[in-house]
Amino acid sequence: MLKFILRRVGLMLLTALVLTFVVFYLTNLPPNLEKLARSEGSVRMSDEAVADWIDQNGHSGSIYERYGQWLGIAPGWTYTDEKGVTRGRCFDAGDDPALAPRRCGILQGDWGYSTFAKKEALPYLGGMLASTGWLMLWVMIVMVPTSLLIGVVAGMREGSRTDRVLSTFSIASTATPEYVSGVILVALLASPVTGLSPILADWGWIDGKSLFLGAASPDNISFWSFALPVMTIALYGIGYIARMTRASMTEVMTAQYIRTARLKGVSFGQVVMRHALRNALIAPFTVIMLQFPWLLNGVVIVETLFNYKGFGWTLVQAAGNNDINLLLGCSVVAVFVVLVTQLISDIGYVFLNPRIRLS
Amino acid sequence: MENLGYAAILGQVVQQFVPVWIALVVTFLVSISFKRKLGLYGKLFDSPVGMIGFGIVMFWVFTAIFANQIITFDPLAQFSGMKNKPLGTVLANAEDGQFGWFLLGGDHLARDVFSRMVMGAREVLKIAPAATLFAFMVGITIGVPAGYFGGWLDTVLSFLANLVLAFPVILLFYLLVTPEIRETGIPVVLAALLFLFPIVFLCVLFNARFFTDPPKRNLYVGIVLVIGLWAYSGLAFNMDPLNDVVSWVWFSVAGQDTVVSGGVAALDAAVGAEIDSTKQVTRPLLFDDVWSMSPNMLNVFVSVVFVNAPTVFRIVRGIVMDLKARDYVAAGQTRGEGPWYIMLWEILPNARGPLIVDFCLRIGYTTILLGTLGFFGLGVAPDSPDWGSTIDDGRKTLTLFPHAALAPALALMSLVLGLNLLADGLREESLRD
Repeated sequence: MLKFILRRVGLMLLTALVLTFVVFYLTNLPPNLEKLARSEGSVRMSDEAVADWIDQNGHSGSIYERYGQWLGIAPGWTYTDEKGVTRGRCFDAGDDPALAPRRCGILQGDWGYSTFAKKEALPYLGGMLASTGWLMLWVMIVMVPTSLLIGVVAGMREGSRTDRVLSTFSIASTATPEYVSGVILVALLASPVTGLSPILADWGWIDGKSLFLGAASPDNISFWSFALPVMTIALYGIGYIARMTRASMTEVMTAQYIRTARLKGVSFGQVVMRHALRNALIAPFTVIMLQFPWLLNGVVIVETLFNYKGFGWTLVQAAGNNDINLLLGCSVVAVFVVLVTQLISDIGYVFLNPRIRLS
Repeated sequence: MENLGYAAILGQVVQQFVPVWIALVVTFLVSISFKRKLGLYGKLFDSPVGMIGFGIVMFWVFTAIFANQIITFDPLAQFSGMKNKPLGTVLANAEDGQFGWFLLGGDHLARDVFSRMVMGAREVLKIAPAATLFAFMVGITIGVPAGYFGGWLDTVLSFLANLVLAFPVILLFYLLVTPEIRETGIPVVLAALLFLFPIVFLCVLFNARFFTDPPKRNLYVGIVLVIGLWAYSGLAFNMDPLNDVVSWVWFSVAGQDTVVSGGVAALDAAVGAEIDSTKQVTRPLLFDDVWSMSPNMLNVFVSVVFVNAPTVFRIVRGIVMDLKARDYVAAGQTRGEGPWYIMLWEILPNARGPLIVDFCLRIGYTTILLGTLGFFGLGVAPDSPDWGSTIDDGRKTLTLFPHAALAPALALMSLVLGLNLLADGLREESLRD
């Protein structure tokens, strides 16, 4: 078991290293650096000025060396201009280079300066992640029980009417990406001119113009502002997890030991609760864990749609403003989330499944 | 003329779709009457779910085909006085011969939502099935040997596939689909790599089957190579050699300045893509390239294939690992059949059931991905009528004028739903065998 975990962690670190290098390479392509130079300097910079800016800000040199600097295994760059002022990766202009650490990269906890947020990238990202954490928490609270319930009820009696209805619902929900369900939900529930809100306002049941709010903010977490974003993200995942749970449940329900229990005279409810459920929930656990990367996509779309300032919103802004450090930070977080959930799902699967654990 | 009520709007919309209804009825009548002779496709018509799914999918396919007849206005044109107008509004200052109403209202730039939605179907269906097919070619070409041979080949390929899968899709799109990336030529390199797979796949496929019969083998492989490499140079490098050769011959016979057509550059300008001004200078063209893709579209296409291929790889690998333990594979090995023959002519046909089902699901997923790209404004022309960008445009005025975003949203949802139902029906029917 320990060897298995160690091998997985090693593979994970290798993956993370390759992925961050790819992101670093793609964000540091010459056209991207030119764009950065023009947005940081001035739009009307001449080509020579752009080249100088890139050179003076540590963006020239071999890509491997710069990646090493970013990672924190190579010494940070320094540049002394003609006035004798020295700037560098690890200290502000005018500070004494001798006092600054030689290496400062992601390993030393220095994620660089975000040109979009005008702050250090790490604390900024931390705050944004906390906001997204709240959103994710509620998504999980809504999504997991709902989808498991739908899957178990549908898979309990395969081919029954309940099964058909719930399966159709699951298919429909997997066919609705977040940007579609978000738009439909807002039009139905959060628009003062269409859907339910004008009718309810007409009857005097709601005070404001719309039932739910069409925008959300991390400072003001309430049912009325969170319901729609959470529903939007959860809906896409519910269908998928429910289908997996249903498949696993139908498989278990046809197993020999279930028939034995039924023939012994155990009631149907008891069979489902006591015998079937535990085995049927092993597969969905893996699926739920592997859903995290998908949720990350959903988060980006929903935060853009509802203007919720969290991780996904930051990713879009960082990419749109070509903020290299922030975008790299976002990818580190994203890749980390994906790899850790993969690891947990693998280890969890082994733990949950006695057939593998005991052999 | 006055504004239309909801019933009248519905009537008009149904009337606009007449070519689609006719095509649908013909398709269903022909298919149902010959369903016993049509294999898996025919069996689809035994399953109500599959039939509904197929109907929805074909509705959008025919809509894409007949889009020019269905649209009521130019999807890119703006009409004064029609900004954010509700459903069924009469066209302000209509001229003779123009359609009288904006059936599904106007958007924030006073364009007709209905026509844009219809044209959007064409934009989506131009890319999604082809991109999925390419992803399958790539996934099968590397997945079958990985599953069959196992060992270090499998380890390396699986590691690479997991690498791509570990990227959140949106991050990958933000890195891969940008104008800056197009400058560096990375999409062309990726295209050069990914577009090779179908040619390699088909060559190996025919070679494995016919290598005992060289004339036949040479014929098939030759046809694949000629057509494949012709399409390859046209699609990946935007250099259709046929066009170059014919144009070169034409110009050397008739003189340089007789005919200079705009070629692809003019075509791009017409659809609102970026104009590649260098093309006209370096390549005097006689006619438009047979195989060509605008840089924008190539970028989107390649990224979508790149995102989808690893998942297909995993599925194919899993199926092959399962099937290679079967008796008929052992029998083939005992007969002395080559590994490629066994892989491509014995295992692959037996894997077709799950692969066809996944193909339908994956077209739906690709449609969602294309919508995501449009939603974030990546890789599409600013006024492109594709559904993703139309939803993105509409969401800015969503709470006040929801119709502009709702129409494409419902269209996209129904297409993906149709594909999912179709896949479900196919799965049911193929399991019944």
